[in-house]
Amino acid sequence: MQTQTEIGYNTKIEGDVIVTRVDAALNWFRKNSVWPMPMGLACCAIELMAAGASRFDISRFGSEVMRFSPRQSDCMIVAGTVTYKMAGAVKRIWDQMPEPRWCIAMGACASTGGMYRSYAVLQGVDNIIPVDIYISGCPPRPEAVFDALMKLQAKISTQPVLENLMAVKAFKHQNT
Amino acid sequence: MTALESAKKIKAKFGDLISEPAEFRGEISVKLADAEQIAAVCEFAKTELGFNYLVDISSVDNYGDDPRWTVVYHLHAIVNGAEIRIKTDVNEEKSELPSVLPVWRTANWHEREIYDMMGIRFSGHPDLRRILMWEGYPYFPLRKDFPLAGKPSELPGVAFTKPAPLEGGPFVTVASGEDAIHREPRVRTLEGTEPGISDKRRVQK
Repeated sequence: MQTQTEIGYNTKIEGDVIVTRVDAALNWFRKNSVWPMPMGLACCAIELMAAGASRFDISRFGSEVMRFSPRQSDCMIVAGTVTYKMAGAVKRIWDQMPEPRWCIAMGACASTGGMYRSYAVLQGVDNIIPVDIYISGCPPRPEAVFDALMKLQAKISTQPVLENLMAVKAFKHQNT
Repeated sequence: MTALESAKKIKAKFGDLISEPAEFRGEISVKLADAEQIAAVCEFAKTELGFNYLVDISSVDNYGDDPRWTVVYHLHAIVNGAEIRIKTDVNEEKSELPSVLPVWRTANWHEREIYDMMGIRFSGHPDLRRILMWEGYPYFPLRKDFPLAGKPSELPGVAFTKPAPLEGGPFVTVASGEDAIHREPRVRTLEGTEPGISDKRRVQK
């Protein structure tokens, strides 16, 4: 940045400095680098792979870094049928993801159990973890995944970051 | 050797234990009267008749009848393509028959699946654990008296189940319906209305 002695309106300053709120800036960083945790459980995972591959290219939305470690990811995309046997593992992986974290329930099965009204299938992953975005479809096309991703970005950009950080700090202070 | 010839040879070997071969749409089935002999019959079919491939073992719940269970063995001879089906009944009090694992090693997981879903045990099986549901799940879900929606169960730290909300939904048929249309839930309507009337008209009424 150039050093300016004059104070007041200056187009050179306008060109180098952007005035914004901390929340808005942090959210802007966050929403454009959402690292997904691909929780691929059934055929939806194939569409998720298509979304990640070159033809549809999820990297246009900053989410190409699929992480297979929950500790490195921001957004769990539950792609497929969650059976009761798998539910414990899904919950455990979700618990290992650091805040801030989001969840997309991809497809009918992950959202509601889908056509599997039976003894073996969890009737919607929102029974065990909080879901931000639900995608309809069986399975949804990659475009639908991107639509969900953009809606998630819109949601992220409205979340209060600084307030949450202060709350966490106060909470930690209280408990030490 | 065709399947029918094979079935006759099994019949010749085991006599009254084996029923007359039944043919339906070109497929041959025989029924074994004593389930305790199933391993011996399978051993004979494999070593003498060349049925070297066990396609599947399935189980049937004849709910309300005695004996309650039918276990069905699907055998295939890779050398000549012959297929044969061996059925045997097991009553509910016993719910046990010999494992055919010494004959075909592939029977291991088939028998575990039947144990898991139907609760029929296989004596001599080295590792008779559940294969699809988890250890500690209290029910056998493929039995006819188990509801489609499931029953609640809880095994802390492992898994839980809850009944699914069926609400007369698209997969529940009515067993007492007089024909397929009345058993089919998607055209089922409120009492007094004709089948096929849409939800919208129902509301107006």
